[in-house]
Order: sequence, then structure tokens, then C-alpha cells
Amino acid sequence: MDIFIQQIINGLVLGSIYALVALGYTMVYGIMGLINFAHGEVVMIGAMVALSVVKALAASGLPVFAVILIALAAAALVCMAIGFSVERIAYRPLRRAHKLAPLITAIGISIILQHTAMLVWGRNYHAFPPILPASAHEIFGATITSLQVAIVLIAGLMMAGLMVLINHTRFGRAMRATSENPQIAQLMGVDINKIISATFVIGSALAAVAGLMVSANYSIAHYYMGFMLGLKAFTAAVLGGIGNIAGAVLGGILLGLIEALGAGYIGDLTGGFLGSHYQDIFAFFVLIGVLIFRPSGLIGERVSERA
Amino acid sequence: MSTVSPTLLEARAIAKHFGGVKALTDVSLSIRRGEIYGLIGPNGAGKTTFFNVLTGLYHPDGGELHFDGEKLQASAPHKAAQRGIARTFQNIRLFGNMTAIENVMVGRHVRTRAGVFGAILHDPFTKREEAAIHRRAEELLHYVGIDHRANDLAKHLSYGDQRRLEIARALATEPKLLALDEPAAGMNGTETEELRVLIEGIRADGITVLLIEHDVKLVMGLCDRVAVLDYGVKICEDIPAVVQKDPKVIEAYLGGSVA
Repeated sequence: MDIFIQQIINGLVLGSIYALVALGYTMVYGIMGLINFAHGEVVMIGAMVALSVVKALAASGLPVFAVILIALAAAALVCMAIGFSVERIAYRPLRRAHKLAPLITAIGISIILQHTAMLVWGRNYHAFPPILPASAHEIFGATITSLQVAIVLIAGLMMAGLMVLINHTRFGRAMRATSENPQIAQLMGVDINKIISATFVIGSALAAVAGLMVSANYSIAHYYMGFMLGLKAFTAAVLGGIGNIAGAVLGGILLGLIEALGAGYIGDLTGGFLGSHYQDIFAFFVLIGVLIFRPSGLIGERVSERA
Repeated sequence: MSTVSPTLLEARAIAKHFGGVKALTDVSLSIRRGEIYGLIGPNGAGKTTFFNVLTGLYHPDGGELHFDGEKLQASAPHKAAQRGIARTFQNIRLFGNMTAIENVMVGRHVRTRAGVFGAILHDPFTKREEAAIHRRAEELLHYVGIDHRANDLAKHLSYGDQRRLEIARALATEPKLLALDEPAAGMNGTETEELRVLIEGIRADGITVLLIEHDVKLVMGLCDRVAVLDYGVKICEDIPAVVQKDPKVIEAYLGGSVA
């Protein structure tokens, strides 16, 4: 029983992170029909920047809370600047081009970001300094650390905030209007360039938070980590219905749970033939399954309308 | 006291072609403040193309537009909205997945300011502005007579209600010139009559109306002046009674020469 509860907890933590990253994919897709494959790398850079700041300040005597906050601010600023610049430099000139051009550009940007990170931080794994209190709590026979609680809470708060922003503010209405029909939105006085820039900046800020969470949760960061994480978050976005904000949250949490439970039980299910290190295959089973049986995702309808 | 020019919109030799097709050839017309100006012509005459140039959706290949005393920047829809030009579409183009009231609230975008930071900080200014946007949207839905559908998704509204909603959304931008592209299309007699009353009311509120319409009775009953386009060329411009009798207009509508 406790392994089940434990995997549910792990799944929620992982899923919260996927959801934050998936939101970045889905917002950009919703507004300009582009799958921004560079988004995973933005998460990686967020993780690297945050980790570097934590390392630099670990011995400074500042309280842990302040160190984390400074790291988060630094990561968010760097990521937002990258998100803004990438849209401006790489995607905006291609707005009227064939859809394949920005997609390939996104892959190119992804490679550029990854290798720039490699030049800056090297090829080695970086350990997250052990500054976080390692307090663990028992619930239903499973353990959850304070860090995990914080990850789920902060991710939940950010997602709730984003929902309010999108559904109940002037900016959010302009964003939804742009995603439905940019031309008509312009006729209402919406400057769609600003809305698109803001969308990238917000997505990148969420990515920075997710980056810090991943590196703190796994105590490690690496220049290549954005690739797999990005693919999985993309899967989560597709699972929920790409372009749909609530779908990204649902898809992220579900994918986290599927992966955690899959990893927890794969050994039993295959009689020990496959171990938990095969956990990555679940995300891709999910991706293939969704694309075959429900390409519009669980709660996506925008996609079918666009097609 | 400075005198305000009686002309609200002046189009000077507007030209637009698509490949070899001349959709508009040197179309010049001027619309006076406070009038209801009709733009008619057979299908494909270039009426909607003119609307698209006017609202910045198309870049004209020649000519220029002067609006409210200043030159209108070509192909900048959000600037046209700012200057006070709003429009509806022949084939209704609402934000289908947003509610009726949200559609109108988007229309307030051009006259309001709060940005991302305001949204995040939720300061008193932003709160007041948001409340004002909501109030105005409610008023406009009431004005066009669909306040009972405020919280329904636009795509779930009936055809007639969607037309009204599109007008409410256009009015939300506080236009000086409201351009209506075939607002009576697909409406029955009662609905058309209601529409006529609505357009009269809009003009009475001081908004100049530019109307593309096929319903001749509606155009002749409503408009102060009418221009006729045929194959992208303005062939006539006058009061309805004169336009109706113009031989060139009759020929354009009936095709070929009338013996």
C-alpha cells in the first residue's frame, strides 16, 4: 500500500513540474500555432542559473529562504530575457512563413541554447548544494519532504495565478482573443506583437521556476537535462490538448502520475525483466497513444478547430 | 472656437489589386460626420475589399485615407481601431470560445490600459478599470438587446444574436465611424426592421455609419448618401433617390444594357 501512496506523491511532484513546463508549450502553441521546441532548454538554463546562484551564495551566511529567492529571481530574469529574445529574433521574422520554417528554427534554437549552456557550465553534472532542510513527513505510510510539499504548493499557486490572469484580466482576454483570431484581435486595438512577447516571457518565467524545482528535487543539473524534460512536458501538453491551458495542467499531473506509478510497478509487472530506469518509456507510450486515439487531447478542442 | 471639418473620412484614389485582378481602382469618396453612408454594388464589386483597406487588414496599392483630419496609417489594424474605426464582418467573426460579454470586453481593449503588471499587482487602478470595462460591456449588450446571453459562449448564440454581438463589440471600441458589412444578411423581415432601428439609434448617438448592404429597401430607407461600386470602380455617388434611377447603376445590377 505505501509504495502506491509513495508513487502518487512522487507523481504529483513530478507532474507539477511537467505542468509548469507544459504551460509554456501550450500558451505559445495556442497563440501562434508554433511548437516551441526550445522551451525545454529554457527550463535547463533556469536550472543552471539557479544552481549557480545557490552555489555562489551557499556559504554567504544568508538564510536559505533568501538564497532560494535570489536564485529564483536570477533564473527568472535570465529565462525571460531568453524567451523574449528568441521570439523577437528567431520567430517573429517567420510569422508569415510556412509552419515548418519556425518549427525547424525552434529545433535550431534548442541546439544553440544547449551548446551555449555546455560552453558556460561544461559537460559535467552539477550537484545542487545541500542547503535545503531535509525534513521528511510521514503520511499514510509514505514520506514526503518539505521540498516536495513546497514544489506542489508553489506550482499550484502559480498555475492558479496564471488561470486568473488568463481568464479574468484585460491582458488575458487580449491573449485569448489573439489565440482565436489575431486579425480580429488587432481590430479591437490589441497589439498582438506585445501579447506574443508577453506570452513568451510568462512561459519562460514558469520555465525558470520549473528549472529550479527540478534541480532542487533531483539535486542535480546538467546541460542536457532540458531535452528529455522538454519532450515530456510537450507530451503532457499534447495529452491535455495542446493550446488548452487547463489541459496542460491536467496533462502534466497525469503524466507525472503515470510515470511514477509505471516506474513503481514496472518491475512487478514484467517479473523483474524491466526495472524502474525504464520509466521514460511511459511518457512516449502516452504520446503515441494520444496521437493515435485522441489527437486533440483530453480536453482540447481548439486543435480540431484549427485543423 | 475651432471648426471641425464636416468630412470624417476621405478616401483618395484607393487602389488594390490581387495579382492581375483590380479589386479597387482609384476609389475616392468622402463620408460626412453623422451620416449613414451606403456602399453598394454587385457581388465582387470590391465593397469588402474597401472595408479591409479602411480597417488596415489590407495594404492599399495606391491612394490614401484621411480620417478625422489626419492621414490614416496603412495596414495597421490596431491603429485604425485607436483612431476610431470599427467594423463588423459579412461572415461573422466573433471570438467563438469566449462568452458574449467577454467579446465585448475585448472591444474595450483599445480604450483601456491595464497590462500584465497591473493584472499581477491587481492595484486599485486596475480593479477600477476592470469594473468599468465590465459595466460598459453590460450596457452595450443591453443596448443591442442580448444582455440575457451575456455568459453564453459566442459560438452558441443564434445567428441574429451573433450579428448583434458583433455590433456591440464594435461599439465597445468607441468608434467615430462604424463600418457594417452586410449586417442584414440572413435576417428575416422582423430582424431587419430591428436592425434598422438599431442603426438609426447608433447614428443618433453621434456615430457615423458606413453600410455595405444588399437589402435595397434597407439601404434606400436608411442611408443619407449611397456610393455604387462596380468592378472596383465607383460609378455613382448621390442620395438614394437619384442613385436608384442612375442608368449606370441599373446596368451594373441588371447586367448588360437595358433597352
